[in-house]
Amino acid sequence: MVEVRWHGRGGQGAVTAAELVAHASILKGYYALAFPEFGAERRGAPVTAYNRIAEKVVYDRSPVLNPDIVVVLDSSMVGREVLYGLKKGGLVVANTVRKPSELAEILGRDYMYAAINATKIALDVFRLPIVNTAMTAALAAASRLVDLEHLVDAVRSRFGARLASLNELVLRKAFELTEVG
Amino acid sequence: MGKVMPLSGNYAVAYAVKAVDVDVVAAYPITPQTAVVEKLAEFVANGELDAEFLHVESEHSALSAVVGASAAGARVFTATSAQGLLLMYEIMHIASSSRLPIVMGIATRAISAPINIWCDHSDFMAASDTGWIMFMALNAQEAHDLIIAAYRIAEDPRVSIPVAIGYDGFVVSHTLEPVDVIEKEEALEYAPKRVSRPTLDPDRPVTMGSLASPDWYFEFRVQLQDAIENSRETISEALREFKRRFGREYREVDDFYTDDADVVIVSMGSTTGTALVFIEEARRSGMKLGLLNIRLFRPFPEVEVVKYLENAKAVAVIDRAVNAGSSFVGPLYSDVVVSAFKKSLDIPIVNYVTGLGGRAVVKSHIEFIAKHAYSLVGKKMREVKKHYSFIGVRE
Repeated sequence: MVEVRWHGRGGQGAVTAAELVAHASILKGYYALAFPEFGAERRGAPVTAYNRIAEKVVYDRSPVLNPDIVVVLDSSMVGREVLYGLKKGGLVVANTVRKPSELAEILGRDYMYAAINATKIALDVFRLPIVNTAMTAALAAASRLVDLEHLVDAVRSRFGARLASLNELVLRKAFELTEVG
Repeated sequence: MGKVMPLSGNYAVAYAVKAVDVDVVAAYPITPQTAVVEKLAEFVANGELDAEFLHVESEHSALSAVVGASAAGARVFTATSAQGLLLMYEIMHIASSSRLPIVMGIATRAISAPINIWCDHSDFMAASDTGWIMFMALNAQEAHDLIIAAYRIAEDPRVSIPVAIGYDGFVVSHTLEPVDVIEKEEALEYAPKRVSRPTLDPDRPVTMGSLASPDWYFEFRVQLQDAIENSRETISEALREFKRRFGREYREVDDFYTDDADVVIVSMGSTTGTALVFIEEARRSGMKLGLLNIRLFRPFPEVEVVKYLENAKAVAVIDRAVNAGSSFVGPLYSDVVVSAFKKSLDIPIVNYVTGLGGRAVVKSHIEFIAKHAYSLVGKKMREVKKHYSFIGVRE
């Protein structure tokens, strides 16, 4: 079983990102859960969401305390405080202008790092800083937990035609530009 | 067979309601249930479901509207949570005593005050004396499947009692997971629309909901008690037939490792999943733990429950609700204790209340509960000093 924890801010789409990853994993034949840390919905407030992905039915629905992967959607949140409980050797996927090697210097060498400037991609394509789909692609590029084509399918079934094609563009760009250290 | 779709618990319920082709849906929005009826409204609006969707001004009206529609012979659905269910409480009795086969979804949620939208079982338990058949689903697939089974059970002329399907608010209602969706044709073959009861029909007038004087009222209540007691066989038959057609087995209770268990944990809803994961780990390190999941809550499956507790040396009952000031504290605990006492099972049975108002129930809580219950092994019930404790609460 692989456990993923998503950190973002209300409005960035962390919950949708977790759902897209679960959707893509289900298309890949896995059993997957996506669930938010259920709070009041406020724009800008910190939001946490989770995935549990396994080959068999997942019974545990409690919050993920020791994730294998942490994905950080908001560049201002990239710091040690979102890494609590992350397994040693675990993966951090961050929306940042920094390189993976710089992240390792700042956050420590206990983890692996993947970096993507998702805000730039989102602004280029949507003209809005909605980075969730870009981050799902960065996760796919860094971990092989999900396949890019399944993410594209998930986006197509979730959004209308116009939004789906913009999101597909974001997915492909982000997958291409993700740097893994 | 249907196709596997990534769905939340709420959407899984909505797809089940669409599959059984309901005629009338009436609802009022309340978190965490709202997404069920939003999806149903969408199905009606885009022509996928040919039903009357009634937007009403309260939950009291929502259940009243489906009482009326069911009395006229329609297949009906409503859903709610928390305060909404409490507002329906008055009409829940009217629905069951009028023997109307209504089906309701309950995305379980804490009761105010203070206001809290998160999961516990306070609402579900508050409805446990209304004469409805009540199930608790463990996940979205189960919520989907049990909704379909509920129509077959409710509309069976031997039963004719409303059925409520509970599923944990957010933990199930808002979690996305794979759901094998049953298609309309196979749902209706399994649960065909049956109107064998007298209905409101201008050509064949009947009176419903009239005054029953002391000469008559008592018999109505006894008939309801007899009917829900006698529904056990129909429920079991409906679940067996479900397995035969769709391959997924649902029993009144699920037992895990109870054969050789020293301590059996009894649980309901999503806590069961966390408990199961802990128990499987603990057994590898030598703790002989068992688990009993209560799926059918009303009528309470007392024979099955006692069967799986008979070999235990201590029993830990986990509740997500409190009946403050009662002799039992946790509502599930009261049913377990009474069932065990009726069979003279003299082992320590203790109550652990946890997860109120959405406080997460994690493996370390289950570990604490298991170890505490283990410490009571060898004692008799009367030797237990304290019968309940709160787990995961700040001192």
